[in-house]
Amino acid sequence: MNRKSVSDYPLVILALLLSAYGIAVVYSAGQTDFPVPYIVGAWKRQLGWFVLSLAAGYVLFRASVRLVEWMTLYLYMLSIFLLVITLIFGSGAGTAASVKGWLTIGGVRIGQPAELAKLTVVLMLARVLAARKEAPKSLLDLWKPALVVGGPWLLIMAQPDLGTGIVFIGIFFALLYWSGVSWQLLALIASPAVSLILAFNTGLWGAWFLILIALVLYYRPYIVEGVVLVLANVAMGVIAPLLWERLAPYQQRRLLVFLDPSADPRASGYHVLQSQVAIGSGGWFGKGYTLGTQKRLAFLPAQHTDFIFSVVGEELGFIGVTIALALFLMLFMRVVRVASRANDSFGSLVAFGLGASWFVHVLVNVGMTLNLMPITGIPLPFFSYGGSFMLASWLAIGMLLRISNEGRGRADSLAV
Amino acid sequence: MSFHPNEVQRRGRTASFLLVGAFTFLASAFFRTQILEHAAYNLQSETNRLREVPLPAPRAIIYDRHGAVIAENLPGYSVSILSRSSDSLRVALTGLAGVITLSPEQMEAAVRRFKQAPNRPTVILADASFDVVSVLEEHRVDFPGLIIQAAPKRYYPDKEAVASFVGYTGEITESELNQRQNRGYKSGQEIGKAGLERQYEEQLRGKEGTHFVEVDARGRVVGEAGGRRDIAPESPDPLYTNIDLDLQRFAATLFGDTLQGGVMAVDPKTGEVLAIHSAPSFDPNRFIGGVSTSYYSQLRDDPRRPLYNKVIQGLYPPGSTFKLATAIMGLEAGIVGLDDHMPQPCTGGYFFGNRYFRCWDKRGHGDVNLRQAIEKSCDVYFYQLGLRIGINKMLAGGVTLKMRDKSGIDLPNEKQPLWPYAAEYFNKRYGPGGWSNGVLLSLAIGQGENSQTVANMARFYTALATDGSVVRPEIVKRQTERTRLFQLTTDQMDGLKAAMAGVVSSRGTAASAQIQGVVIAGKTGTAQSGVFRNGVELNHAWFTGYAPADDPKIVVAVMLEQVPFHGSVAALIASKMIEHYLKRPTIQGAQLEGD
Repeated sequence: MNRKSVSDYPLVILALLLSAYGIAVVYSAGQTDFPVPYIVGAWKRQLGWFVLSLAAGYVLFRASVRLVEWMTLYLYMLSIFLLVITLIFGSGAGTAASVKGWLTIGGVRIGQPAELAKLTVVLMLARVLAARKEAPKSLLDLWKPALVVGGPWLLIMAQPDLGTGIVFIGIFFALLYWSGVSWQLLALIASPAVSLILAFNTGLWGAWFLILIALVLYYRPYIVEGVVLVLANVAMGVIAPLLWERLAPYQQRRLLVFLDPSADPRASGYHVLQSQVAIGSGGWFGKGYTLGTQKRLAFLPAQHTDFIFSVVGEELGFIGVTIALALFLMLFMRVVRVASRANDSFGSLVAFGLGASWFVHVLVNVGMTLNLMPITGIPLPFFSYGGSFMLASWLAIGMLLRISNEGRGRADSLAV
Repeated sequence: MSFHPNEVQRRGRTASFLLVGAFTFLASAFFRTQILEHAAYNLQSETNRLREVPLPAPRAIIYDRHGAVIAENLPGYSVSILSRSSDSLRVALTGLAGVITLSPEQMEAAVRRFKQAPNRPTVILADASFDVVSVLEEHRVDFPGLIIQAAPKRYYPDKEAVASFVGYTGEITESELNQRQNRGYKSGQEIGKAGLERQYEEQLRGKEGTHFVEVDARGRVVGEAGGRRDIAPESPDPLYTNIDLDLQRFAATLFGDTLQGGVMAVDPKTGEVLAIHSAPSFDPNRFIGGVSTSYYSQLRDDPRRPLYNKVIQGLYPPGSTFKLATAIMGLEAGIVGLDDHMPQPCTGGYFFGNRYFRCWDKRGHGDVNLRQAIEKSCDVYFYQLGLRIGINKMLAGGVTLKMRDKSGIDLPNEKQPLWPYAAEYFNKRYGPGGWSNGVLLSLAIGQGENSQTVANMARFYTALATDGSVVRPEIVKRQTERTRLFQLTTDQMDGLKAAMAGVVSSRGTAASAQIQGVVIAGKTGTAQSGVFRNGVELNHAWFTGYAPADDPKIVVAVMLEQVPFHGSVAALIASKMIEHYLKRPTIQGAQLEGD
């Protein structure tokens, strides 16, 4: 087995196709009737980042999984440290100017530590879960994984960056699932959040509560755990609406804005509508590459970052959308395959975690353009303009290729 | 973790199922939006990017009876701007004010227009000069939503001479907009405000066209909208009037700068209005594109009231021109004959009750018959005739002779004349017993509770000029409408006509108004105005008559407001108009054009 050359061609080809597609759309995003110089030149910088990311990905590909595992703790500590100093010295940018997401030194924006944290949290969580012989069976067993994700999550939410927070939660659940935690326990962990959402409809919440009781009785956790779970659900279900209703409308709006400053309901409502109009007006084949009127005439917000998929929908139509979604789906299937065939649990968990992280990004970002998801300012992997994320994505590809190479049997010799 | 290959494979399969499910969900959401709901979103995207810029249609040209132009359209420019909000409009206006002259009122008006129709380009200057347009073209880049377009501009070549009947146009007001909600009017459009422009608005207004431009999210004009063709404006058919522009101009010159009052000339057989002028007049061209505050207040504060149409809105006691009405009532009722005398001869006045009613001529007219009383306008004779008719017959007669009706001329805002509908009017006004038959004496000579418009007196005389039926005056050709007012015998009719011809003879009160070769018939009138100047009460001097006496072709009613002289001067003006109309060479439209 030649571990120096890439062997999982489908994986790397899919990633290359997605990157090329993405850069092409970033170029189109700059083609507007009143050009914004920063956006016009975005595709060149993105191309530069892409080349740099390929190199970085290759370096990581050359590093053995064991080396990465050994470095995990230090990388994790480093990202925590960066998140802390970002919180203190960070600055905002673009549409999320009030979010302190950028590490800035001497007025120069270095990068977004949250992107690094996404990787290191996957690594650290994989390490913690891989160290266990058995999958966690009770809530008490979960304190360590919860701590690994919870620390950086709080730091991210303090920025505040709801989008990345959602990604962390996605990673957390995905890795628990991959490590063998039963779905009933996952449902129990998720139950307070479900209660919080369903609390605004008494009937739905009542039904959910009955299901929860059944789950608790069936799963039979420790008494204390069970009581805590039920109480947490009751608290969410009863207190949350009461508190919410006591708030004046402007306070409720403020709370929503606090959770995510880019989500000012009025402004974002307008933007989501314009995004839907752009996508809907694309039809089967779209208005033609670079020719989308919604984009050209600046009706689309953040067309080179958060709403880049609206450009795909408008200019390349349903066909273009389907191709992009198919590429993503094939990439994720490939990642699941890599995770399934990894020759150790750490590699398997890392592969699955990296894929899960992308998946949450795609689901939330693409869903947002059609108003299926709240606007959280979460980028689309390989598409959205941004250096840190491109770099992080290709680092992940590098790692996946390595895990794939080290996996049971040569990936390319097996049928997909 | 439990890392048995079988378990991992199982979890991998579940994860794959979830992935396929999630992506199928996303793809179906896109299918719904892009394919099933495509039409609606496509329309919305078109609406987003296209703005309709109205192309103003020229109003109909108004011609006189010979094809001379009364109102036309000159090429002009309008300046408007596309804005997304009133705030961005204000910013743009402030910027524009740094380049061209914009008054705060103009800026406020623009903001008001924007609020009425935010999706239409907001008109800033309805009539911009060429200089303003060239300055704006230079700064075009600074104002992305700016639209400068050719806009036909109303023009009245004869200015003051035609203002009385043609009126003018102006920007539609909010209340006019509300009244005409369903008739396709839009904020910023021109609408007829007075005169024919208002009366025939529906016929005169053209159909606005549409030009499509592409705009971006901030309302900046990006360019022409490819694929969407302009809808051309439609210009309506011209409006032909009965006005004789040559006579109209002549009437205006007769009043000059000093006289005030009104004149109306009408063909007694058809009701065609040949001329209608109120003096002093105003320049309607200065109202086009928005009248300046200074000009408007100058007109408004002028004591001679140029904006007030003295032909159809001014109410004046008709004075002795009404005596023909009194005579008709007497003749029709058989109370008096053309050669009958009254018990008391005129000695310069008449005692009724304990009051002395003077005749206008202190020297007295002696013992006269009805013919002579008309020629000399003897008040004492008519006092007695009025008493003989009696209050009820007098008031009823006035109603029958349409002294309470509008003339029905096709102009807006005509006032209804004042004439008591019955004796009850006096009971209500003064209380029963609070008045006496003395009112009869005043009414009989056209004074008292009697105020007429020049237009209505002109109409009344169309009956005298013909066979006793009036014709509705018409500026624009309509169905002729004749109404019989009274029925006299041929002898009586001829007698009255002879008496009116006698008025404009060496025997009558309008002796100086005679002209060579044409016999004019009519009646002078001198009514007290109640206005004093230098201690002397001013008169309203009237003359209403027709010519030629044997085959009337024109009825002229002249009223000079607040003048220090008598109806004979009004008769002079009328005779000049008659002379001009009947004696000039035949007019061809083509010859008039160059005037």
